[in-house]
Amino acid sequence: MSIKVENLNAWYGKKQGLYDINLTIQPRSVTAMIGPSGCGKSTFVRCLNRMHEEVPNARVTGTVEVEGANIYDRSIRPMYVRRHIGMVFQQPNPLPSRSIFENVAIGARINGLAQGAELKELVERSLRGAALWDEVRDRLDAPSSALSGGQQQRLCIARAIAVEPKVLLMDEPCSALDPPSTLLIEELIAHLKERYTIVIVTHNMQQAARVADRTVFFLLGKLVEVAETGQLFSHPQQKETEDYITGRFG
Amino acid sequence: MKTATHPFQPERGALHVRRQIASVLAVALTTLFAGAAIFFLGYLIFYVARQGVSALNLNFFTKSPAPEGESGGGVLPAIEGTLIIVGIAAAIGVPLGIGTGIYLSEFARGRLAEFVRFMVDMLTGIPTIIFGLLIWTLIVVPEHHFSGLAGGFALSIIMIPTVSRATEEVLRLVPKDLREGSVALGATESRTILRVVVPAAKSGIITGVLLAVARVGGETAPLLMTAFGTNFARVNINRPMDALPLRVFVSTLSPFAPDRSIAFAGAFVLMLLVLVTSFAVRWATGGFKPRS
Amino acid sequence: MQFLFSSVLAVGSGRGSAWIKQLQVQVRRPGDFLFRGVIYLFVLLVLCAVLGVAWVLLSNSLPTIKTFGLSFLTNEAFDPIHNTFGVRPAIFGTLETSLFAIIFAVPLGVGTAIFLVDFCPRALRAPLAFIVDLLAAIPSIVLGLWGAVVMVPWLQLSGQPWLQKYFGFLPFFQGSVHGFSILAAGLLLIVMILPIITAISREVMLVVPKSQREGLLALGATRWEVIRYAVLPFSRAGIAGGALLALGRALGETIAVTLVIGNQATKPSFSLFDTGYTLSSVIANQFGEATPGLFFSAVLEAGFLLLLITLITNILARLLISRLGRVGGLAA
Repeated sequence: MSIKVENLNAWYGKKQGLYDINLTIQPRSVTAMIGPSGCGKSTFVRCLNRMHEEVPNARVTGTVEVEGANIYDRSIRPMYVRRHIGMVFQQPNPLPSRSIFENVAIGARINGLAQGAELKELVERSLRGAALWDEVRDRLDAPSSALSGGQQQRLCIARAIAVEPKVLLMDEPCSALDPPSTLLIEELIAHLKERYTIVIVTHNMQQAARVADRTVFFLLGKLVEVAETGQLFSHPQQKETEDYITGRFG
Repeated sequence: MKTATHPFQPERGALHVRRQIASVLAVALTTLFAGAAIFFLGYLIFYVARQGVSALNLNFFTKSPAPEGESGGGVLPAIEGTLIIVGIAAAIGVPLGIGTGIYLSEFARGRLAEFVRFMVDMLTGIPTIIFGLLIWTLIVVPEHHFSGLAGGFALSIIMIPTVSRATEEVLRLVPKDLREGSVALGATESRTILRVVVPAAKSGIITGVLLAVARVGGETAPLLMTAFGTNFARVNINRPMDALPLRVFVSTLSPFAPDRSIAFAGAFVLMLLVLVTSFAVRWATGGFKPRS
Repeated sequence: MQFLFSSVLAVGSGRGSAWIKQLQVQVRRPGDFLFRGVIYLFVLLVLCAVLGVAWVLLSNSLPTIKTFGLSFLTNEAFDPIHNTFGVRPAIFGTLETSLFAIIFAVPLGVGTAIFLVDFCPRALRAPLAFIVDLLAAIPSIVLGLWGAVVMVPWLQLSGQPWLQKYFGFLPFFQGSVHGFSILAAGLLLIVMILPIITAISREVMLVVPKSQREGLLALGATRWEVIRYAVLPFSRAGIAGGALLALGRALGETIAVTLVIGNQATKPSFSLFDTGYTLSSVIANQFGEATPGLFFSAVLEAGFLLLLITLITNILARLLISRLGRVGGLAA
């Protein structure tokens, strides 16, 4: 479940967003992407599950190798990549008209992973894995819109892990949430990394310091520095990194 | 580099096939539907054009209809009638529409505004034959004769909602600074609205009026019971009057071949009117750019 | 000067279209009262037109309402000789043609909208949407002409016999073949209402947030699955509202229908090949003969009924659409 990125470049139409990224992400760990707005951290993460392609006139070159296969190989369809490399978004986005159960089940249904009793078990497992089961166990049929923001985000996490991905990408998952919910999710991430490789984008350096094993610093589409989190924050090697961390910009 | 053991492969078996089929089918069907709609429009335009263009000669525009079954006639009364009746309709409908639009944008608020807007919206939902019926009851029947004037009244009501909505929307877009500036210079409210705000929205209002005119110009049902139609080129608005849609209608019902050509020629003219107006309005509002 | 200053301050507080009320502190010249008066008069006239329609139709229908009551709805025909009037075949024709049109126009229209929003190449989206909108602008007389001169003969010679040959076991395709038929009217109505459904469906689908689509894509859904599970459920109310608006349009269409429907009632049956007539065509055909008294009143009651059904349909439609917070800006 390690991810090996080689010579990754990405464009939005004529504008280049990522320049020659090379990075290896360790399995079953949390890797955080930090950097100022527009530095390409979100673009990078979206290239890991081929979501970047959904932008009109998007282009990607380079390779992203996961378990021995380059996900950008011509023979591989994006939909199967995304099934195994899941994503949680900044704004919680459950299907509002559907019940809590249905929301968690939908990925499993579409991919034919389970039915009937098995599906019920899968939903329960996923909700437990997202630390939401106890709060919703007796109202699984309630619409997802009845949940609070933090709960909805955990619902999205449950939905993502219900399809049993290998990697979980999280694009600023706590930006829209209040501090108590944020804390809950950060605790959750600490548990989740036992099973999944987690890549998290965050604009909050303290969050990176709290949850990530390794941290990557992006600036202007380039990967500036990557190191074990403690190292990066206490002894940054690059000047730009140090400037960002000490708040001189960004 | 790929190996056979990577996880990014389709699932085995029926599900994969079903998902692929569903996806392909969805694309194929929706493309087919859209294609059919667009193809039909193109076909209709070309068919009517082809049938109609041959009858579009000088006679068509300058002569009155020929006696039963003879060729060489034209639709002069219809053209004159349409111009007059639509002119009357606009003279009534445009001020009323713009006035209502000004009211809704500048004066009204809260429940009253909602109510008026609702009423105006209701007007768009009423079938046009009903307006013909209304004016027939109110004017034609008591006066014991059809008239172009009655036709104008019927069409004017139909114009009101289109003009009103366009006016209201465009007036709302006029930036507040313009109004504030005028007030700061000491202008009265009516001056501000009439001399500053409305002229700023001029092109949008004209667009709305054009659309309304094109729409009522093609209406047949309201005129059936009010202007009724005639073969003669009188221009007395107090007498039955012809109009292009009415002439096409009558010609369609006729069994004679020359009338058939007249019908298509008239229909072609009507279609052209509508298409040109639609294009002009879209082009003027820059509507060919893709929406985000 | 002080007045103007405070009025400018008040205006600057930004209260939407009611800003002008703030000007009450301002100097009001007689011109203003005149202007306001004229505007209010215009609005009043417009309101009178709306309410007047209902009032005039209703009050002039009273004779037949009093004479026939509910049997007006079940009587078979406009029979001036025996002085009985009824709109049962007209109501039947109106409902049959409109429902036929809706059943086919909704999938066609929503499908076209899906194409325009999701599958169509980006550069073509706006132009093609415009072309579909153009279909709505075609005057009904043009469609009626084409229908009467081209479609009806074709139906009589090829279309209806073919349907009868392969699907004649269904009651819809039995009976004698004239060309002029409920089927012909229904087909024309499909063409006329399809652009409405497409336009409204397209608008509501464009409003679906990108995050909804992305959420499903991230689970490995196909494009169709995204539409099916994220876009369509989100747009449900709007599409239904659009369908209702389209239904209202179909219910009231007169000219195209009257040119192809045959305008003769037949014994009630399920056959689409029957001729028939609608409430709107009955008004168009009978007004010329209407003698004062019951006949006249009958024509007006038919009009009142038509007004009632279309108004109810429209109100329901707008309620549905406005539930999404989208009111106005829709094609007339």
